[in-house]
Amino acid sequence: MQLARVIGDVVVTRKDENLVGLKLLVLQPIGADGAAAGRTLVAVDAAGAGVGETVFFVRGKEASFPFYPTEVPADAGVVGIVDHWDVETEYRRT
Amino acid sequence: MQIARVIGTVVATQKHAKFEGAKLLLVQPLTIDDKPRGTAILAVDALGAGVHEKVLIVMEGRAAGEALGRKLAPVDAAVVGIIDTVDVTE
Repeated sequence: MQLARVIGDVVVTRKDENLVGLKLLVLQPIGADGAAAGRTLVAVDAAGAGVGETVFFVRGKEASFPFYPTEVPADAGVVGIVDHWDVETEYRRT
Repeated sequence: MQIARVIGTVVATQKHAKFEGAKLLLVQPLTIDDKPRGTAILAVDALGAGVHEKVLIVMEGRAAGEALGRKLAPVDAAVVGIIDTVDVTE
């Protein structure tokens, strides 16, 4: 899993039927220092997250597990909303 | 599998039910020379690893789910061992 900030959402009218009813969020992955790390991506939401929140997301087919037995065609999914995270001082990179 | 260092912890109240009771660790993958490699990731921990410890992680869904011992858990990384030593000749 990886930390990310939710920076937007995506509205898709014509889509795979197994995506109907799901929220699609635009994520910016972030590192332990909170800075952007890597490319933005779109993920299905399994945690009730919204724009502006810090979340963690899972990559791969496991992103569809929260919707089992529906086989959701997703390769990334938000699975939790982060309250806070702590990085031990000596591992903080400035 | 990869070698990583546990550098922190994550607290999340609102999360998928399969994460209930599981510890979420921030782990920094390392090169064989103990240098940070890439971005820190989150791994579930069923072993009781702590900050500073060097651990063995899997970064693949099926293996991570098995490490957690929960079927259909939406996880893609897990701590599967706490490393005592790594010996590399060459």
